[in-house]
Amino acid sequence: MSEELYKEMAQSIIDGDSDIAIELAKKSIELKMHPLETITKGFVIGVNYIGDQFGAGEAFLPELVMAGEAMKAAVAVLEPELLKLGEAREMMGKVVLATVEGDIHEIGKTLVGTMLSASGFEVVDLGVDQPADKIIGKALEINADIIGMSALLTTTMVRQREVIEELDKEGLRPRIKVMVGGAPITRDWVTKIKADGYSEDAIGAVKIAKELVGKADQ
Amino acid sequence: MQPKLNLLDEDLNGRIIEEAFQLMLKPGIKVQNAEARSLLAEAGALVDEETLVVKIPGQIVHKALETVPRQFHLYDYDGNPKVQYGGDAVQFDPGSSGVTVLNPITLEHKTAESEDLIRIIKVAESLPQYDAQSTAVVCHDVPKDLHDLYRLYLVMLFSKKPIVTGAFSNTTVHHMIDMLAIFAGGRENLREHPRAIFDVCPSPPLIWSNFGAGNLITLARAGVPAEIVSMPLAGAASPVTLLGSVTQHAAECLSGITIHQLAHPGSPIVWGGAPAIFDMRKGGTPFGAVETGMIDSSYAQVGKSLGLPTHAYLGATESKLLDTQAGLESGVGAMIGALSGINMISGSGMLDSLICQSAEKLVTDAEGVAMAKRMVQGMKVHTETLATQFYEGVNFKGGDFLKQKATMQLFQKEQHMPSKVIDRDSMRGWRESGSMDTFTRAKIRVDEILAAYRRPELDIAKENELHAFVLDLAQKAGVEHLPMLEDFQPV
Repeated sequence: MSEELYKEMAQSIIDGDSDIAIELAKKSIELKMHPLETITKGFVIGVNYIGDQFGAGEAFLPELVMAGEAMKAAVAVLEPELLKLGEAREMMGKVVLATVEGDIHEIGKTLVGTMLSASGFEVVDLGVDQPADKIIGKALEINADIIGMSALLTTTMVRQREVIEELDKEGLRPRIKVMVGGAPITRDWVTKIKADGYSEDAIGAVKIAKELVGKADQ
Repeated sequence: MQPKLNLLDEDLNGRIIEEAFQLMLKPGIKVQNAEARSLLAEAGALVDEETLVVKIPGQIVHKALETVPRQFHLYDYDGNPKVQYGGDAVQFDPGSSGVTVLNPITLEHKTAESEDLIRIIKVAESLPQYDAQSTAVVCHDVPKDLHDLYRLYLVMLFSKKPIVTGAFSNTTVHHMIDMLAIFAGGRENLREHPRAIFDVCPSPPLIWSNFGAGNLITLARAGVPAEIVSMPLAGAASPVTLLGSVTQHAAECLSGITIHQLAHPGSPIVWGGAPAIFDMRKGGTPFGAVETGMIDSSYAQVGKSLGLPTHAYLGATESKLLDTQAGLESGVGAMIGALSGINMISGSGMLDSLICQSAEKLVTDAEGVAMAKRMVQGMKVHTETLATQFYEGVNFKGGDFLKQKATMQLFQKEQHMPSKVIDRDSMRGWRESGSMDTFTRAKIRVDEILAAYRRPELDIAKENELHAFVLDLAQKAGVEHLPMLEDFQPV
C-alpha cells in the first residue's frame, strides 16, 4: 500500500503538481504513515529524479521549478506532523540567500533557493538589493552554515567580496561558508575573492552546498 | 523598395498596444523614483506611495507620444549628422559593456582593461559597417566609480564617430553629459548636436528603478538622447509567449517615454531593447536564438507603428569562440534586425551572451553587417531596360558581359566586396595562402587595421580639459593617475 503511495508521491513531484502532492501528503497523515519516511521514501525520490533528468538535459527549468514548488507544498503539510512527534526532518544545513546591494536580479538566486529547500536545506531568502550587514546579520541570527550571494551585474559583483571581507574581519569564517553565483561570476573571481563555492546552475549549487556542509554523499 | 520583415499583422499590432495600455493600469508600473512618481501623479496618474505602483491612464501616455520626436540625429566629432534615428534607417554599433575580451592567442576570456577597449575602438573606428562606436567593455584597471564614464573618455579620445553609451549611476550620468559638453562646446551645443545616446533600462517585469527613471529624467532635461533598453526575458521575467513579451516590452517603453516626456517634452528617446527568450536548459539569455530576434523584430514593428525611432540588441552569440555557431547566430541576427528596419542594432563583436567582446569577431561580424545592409538596399533598377539592352553584340558566349562598360560601372553598386575575412578563393589559392580558417583571417585583419590606425586629430585644448575633468574624478575616487595611454599624453 505505502509502496504504491510513495510512487504516486514521487510522481506528483515529477509532474510538478502541488495539488496532488498536498493531497498525498494529507492522505499519508490519515494513514498514519511516518512523515519523515513519507518525505524521504516518497517525495524526495521525485526531486532527485527530476534533478538527475535536468542534469542529463532531459528535463528543463520549468519542470525543475514546479517540482521544487510541489516539494515545498508537500513538506509544509508534513512538517507540523513531524513537530507533533517531537522530530524534525534532519536538515542538510541552513542557508541565507541574497542578491547583493545595488542588484535586483533574482531569477537565478530564487531557483537556487527552490532547489536547496527541495533538497533538504533550510533556506532564508532575503531577496534583492541586500547590504552586507543585513546578510551577515541574518546569517548570525539563524546560525547559518552557508551564505549564498548572487550578482548579475559586473558593477555589483564586487559586493560579494565586501561581504566576504566583512565575514573575515569578524572572524566568522570558516564557520560560515560562502557560495557565489551569477552571470558575470568566473572561477578567477571566485578564487580572487576567496569564496568557498560556486556553481553555474541550481543543481550544481545543491551539490556544492552539500559538499560545504560535509554531506556530499546524501 | 526596402525589403521588410513584418511578423505582425495590423490586428495583432493593435492588440499588443491595447494590452500594453491595460498593463499600465493593471497591474500598473512600479516606479521606484520619487521624482518620476510625482511627475506622473501631477499628470493625473494614480500613485500608491506604499507599493510604489503607479497606474498610468492612457491619455497621459498618448500625450507623451504626441511630443516625442519622430526623428533625430547623432553627430560625429566634426558636427556632421551621421546616425539617423527614425524611419527605416538601418545602422549598427558594437555590443556594449562587455566584461571580458577574447584573447586571440590563448582564447581566454580575460577581464577587460583600458588597452582592450582601445583595441576595440580602433577596429570599430576603421570599419565603415559600424555607424557608431559603443562603450564596448568595462575597464577594470580603473576604480569602479569611474567604470561608465572612463569608457566614454577613451571613446572620445580615440574616435570621431557617434557614440552609444550608458551611465551606471544617477551621479555619473551628469559627469558623462559634462564630458560630452566639453567636446561639443557647452551643454546647449550638445543639445543641438548630440554625439551620444544613453541606454536606460527598465527592470522586468514592469519596473522603473530609482536609477533607471532618474537617468530618464536627467537625460530628458539635458536634451541628450535616451535609448530605452527594455529586457523582457520570455518565460522568466516576462510571459513565456513571444507576443506576451512583446506586449510587456511595449508597456515598459510606453511608461518610460511618459516619464521622460513629462520631465521635458520633446526630448529625443528611442524605443529599444535587449529582450531574450529564457533558455530552459541553462537559464541563460540566448541572444543568438531566432525567437529572440522575433521578439526584437515584432517590438520594432510596434514602435514604428507609433512613429518612434527604434533600437535592438542583435548580432551577438552565446558561443565562447569565434566559431561556426558565432557566425551563424550573429549573421542571422544582423539580417533579422536589418530586415526589420531597426535604426540602431547593437551587439556586434559579442560572444558569451553579451559578456565577452572580441575585436576579431567585430571584423567578422562587419561582413555579416555588410551583407545585411546590402540586403536592405534591395533590388535596384540601374538601367532603362532590366536586361534587353545588355544583349547587343552578345554572341552566346560566357564572359561577354565582363567586357561591357555597364559591368565595370555597376558591379560595385550591385555587389558588396567583402574583405579578406571572407574566403572566396579556389582550393589551390586557399592552400597557397596558408589554408586559413575564418578566425585566423580575422586575426590578420585586426592586425592590419591596428597597424594602419591613427588617432584622430582632436582639439588639444578640449582633450586636455576632458583629461583634467576625468583625472579630477579619478582622484576623488582615490587614485592618483589614470592608466597611461600609448597614443595620448595630456599636457
